[in-house]
Amino acid sequence: MKKPKITVGAVIEEPGSTIKNKTGGWRSFRPVRDKKKCTKCGLCWQFCPDNAINENFDVNYDYCKGCGICANICPFKAIKMVKEEK
Amino acid sequence: MEKTIAGISTEEFFASGHRACAGCGVALAARHALKAAGKNTIVVTATSCLEVFSTPYPETSWRVPWIHGAFENAAAIASGIDRALKTLGKRKDTNLLVFGGDGGTFDIGLQALSGAAERDQNFCYVCLDNAAYMNTGIQRSGATPKYASTTTSPAGKIIHGKTEFKKPMPFIMAAHGAYVATANITFPLDFINKVKKGLAFDGPAYIQVYVPCPTGWKFANNLTIDIAKLAFETKITPLYEIEKGILTISRKPAKEIPVKEYLKLQGRFKHVTDDEIRDIQQHVNNEWKRLLELEKNKSRVC
Ligand SMILES: Cc1ncc(C[n+]2csc(CCOP(=O)(O)OP(=O)(O)O)c2C)c(N)n1
Ligand code: SF4
Ligand code: SF4
Ligand code: SF4
Ligand SMILES: [Mg+2]
Repeated sequence: MKKPKITVGAVIEEPGSTIKNKTGGWRSFRPVRDKKKCTKCGLCWQFCPDNAINENFDVNYDYCKGCGICANICPFKAIKMVKEEK
Repeated sequence: MEKTIAGISTEEFFASGHRACAGCGVALAARHALKAAGKNTIVVTATSCLEVFSTPYPETSWRVPWIHGAFENAAAIASGIDRALKTLGKRKDTNLLVFGGDGGTFDIGLQALSGAAERDQNFCYVCLDNAAYMNTGIQRSGATPKYASTTTSPAGKIIHGKTEFKKPMPFIMAAHGAYVATANITFPLDFINKVKKGLAFDGPAYIQVYVPCPTGWKFANNLTIDIAKLAFETKITPLYEIEKGILTISRKPAKEIPVKEYLKLQGRFKHVTDDEIRDIQQHVNNEWKRLLELEKNKSRVC
């Protein structure tokens, strides 16, 4: 990584810029939603610590770290954690 | 009108890409607290996991103005911002939200927070209670529960984890005349409403939110919400508000669940004996009884 130029007071000028950092690479299991089972209750969206589920309840694999909270919380067992393979 | 899902705003002021561990309760609480505060907010954060994982220079997860100073002075920084906003005539339109870890609140930041509350400064302080100094590698704090094993209260032959019960921080803040609430990430809407109330309160507000930490408590990353929920159901972390010294329990668990169910899921308690479990259960029962009495009598808690 290129060394950043240090700003005065270490001010960061670009809000929300951690989106440059794709944390999806951390994942060893990926959540896969079965749309037929999903009732759109919104619980998975509410409890994702990485804000990696959108308003249509699709997972954003760029950021999903694979914690499995969404699969665990889904009352309809609509999300399965599937092993990531290279 | 703002768009919501299950009553929760879909606006996100805490960006993805942060470096919290997978399944981190702190990250989830920050996300919801910001939804409560909205766009016209200034955030102060003490040194902690949240500070470190949200601002790996030159990146930031925050979509509102944010400042970090040191570990012990979040409430002092917030006091300055509060005064500055008043002087500029902008206090009414701005939410001032402060985050501190339990170490930064119960222990090292207590002096700054107590001083700010005593001066009747106006801000909403959210203590992210993951029950140890996590960012530096799981050292015990005043918030660590009795018998929890940490790197400075290691379970072994000499001691069986921490030897003291948790400090009653919400009551300490209630004694300062603050609006006080406890919250749990299992109930995001309740947490959001309490943060909103704390921000609207004319004076110091203190909200202690219970945020399980898979790394420090040693449980699987997908169990964060299950553990938070069990903490509520077993009455380990009761949900209440204290307004003008009067306590109201926000919600009561529907059935009796022994604390063992909560303890057994976490590596930090794996050494506890049956006698020690009884000691924890007894403490929980006594505390719950005390809360029920305080609520019933409607007498000032302090
Ligand atoms: C004066 C001072 N002492 C020690 C530290 C090192 N330090 C940084 S964060 C931290 C622990 C924070 O614990 P807590 O407040 O509970 O937040 P958590 O990381 O658990 O979210 C410590 C000891 C520091 N930054 N400044
Ligand atoms: S929790 Fe399950 S049912 Fe609810 S929106 Fe998510 S996937 Fe659909
Ligand atoms: S696995 Fe975890 S990070 Fe990924 S979408 Fe589900 S809750 Fe979010
Ligand atoms: S150590 Fe705990 S609190 Fe800190 S980022 Fe990891 S899970 Fe979150
Ligand atoms: Mg902590």
